[in-house]
Amino acid sequence: MLDKTLIGKSFPALVVDVDRWQLKFFAKAVGEENPIYFDEAAAVAQGYRSILAPPTYGVTLGCAVPDPFARANAVGLDATKILHTAQSFEYFEPICGGDQITLVATITNVFEKRRGAFKFMVEETVATNQLGQLTTRFRQTVVERT
Amino acid sequence: MKEIFFDQIAIGEQLPSLTKPPITRTTLAYFCGASNDHNPVHIDSDFARAAGAADVFVHGMLDMAYMGQLLTGWVPQTAILSFGVKFGAIVYVGDSITCRGEVVDKTDDDGVYTLKLKLRAVDQHGESKLTGEAQLRVSAPKDAAQP
Repeated sequence: MLDKTLIGKSFPALVVDVDRWQLKFFAKAVGEENPIYFDEAAAVAQGYRSILAPPTYGVTLGCAVPDPFARANAVGLDATKILHTAQSFEYFEPICGGDQITLVATITNVFEKRRGAFKFMVEETVATNQLGQLTTRFRQTVVERT
Repeated sequence: MKEIFFDQIAIGEQLPSLTKPPITRTTLAYFCGASNDHNPVHIDSDFARAAGAADVFVHGMLDMAYMGQLLTGWVPQTAILSFGVKFGAIVYVGDSITCRGEVVDKTDDDGVYTLKLKLRAVDQHGESKLTGEAQLRVSAPKDAAQP
């Protein structure tokens, strides 16, 4: 059974240091060629504090916990069977290497389709930097197929 | 990167497409570590088969990262106001993803010039894997910007 009482519930804030080495590794993993994502001098020359976190990096920061599936488990999804079905971001201030980002995730919906054959969870995360500036707000939808 | 001016882009204009090399198991191992998504279904064939999949499959967020590169190859990242996708079909090892974007709307809201894009990623057979949209802020019309 899905626990719909968790809709609207926010989870304790996650504070993550944006590690330059990991940004460079991410750039390598995705075959990034633009040096502002892995070369400090190139990023600074473009006016950034440090190398830039790419547009999807908020999700990576949100996964920087021992169990990224804790919320899915809490609402009654089997984390080993979930698929990511949708992801969206709104952008404000950029995230750069050396930043410290505070992420607050809220479960915004939990629902079923086809008489429970598909169970969905939607969560929204707000990510703020060390200056108190909003960096990105992102929304993630996952589904468990039974 | 070429500056994008509002008046020089027409609805229907296509972004230069981006084709990524075939995704290998090594790519998935790198992305597992780099993205903090340690779900073994993406890197451990034994686990994936036990979970009922044919083999490991690609992280949706890797496909979305590729789509992000389509955008950041066309405009500076800070021009992206919003970016969203739906993961329509699973991407497998060996697939080569091509990302495409098309301008579907233009808005001048009191001097804030935005383009709305429709996005699609397909595999080497042309099968759709991911669809989405983005809103980008672009430069004021070039003519109006002249003194």
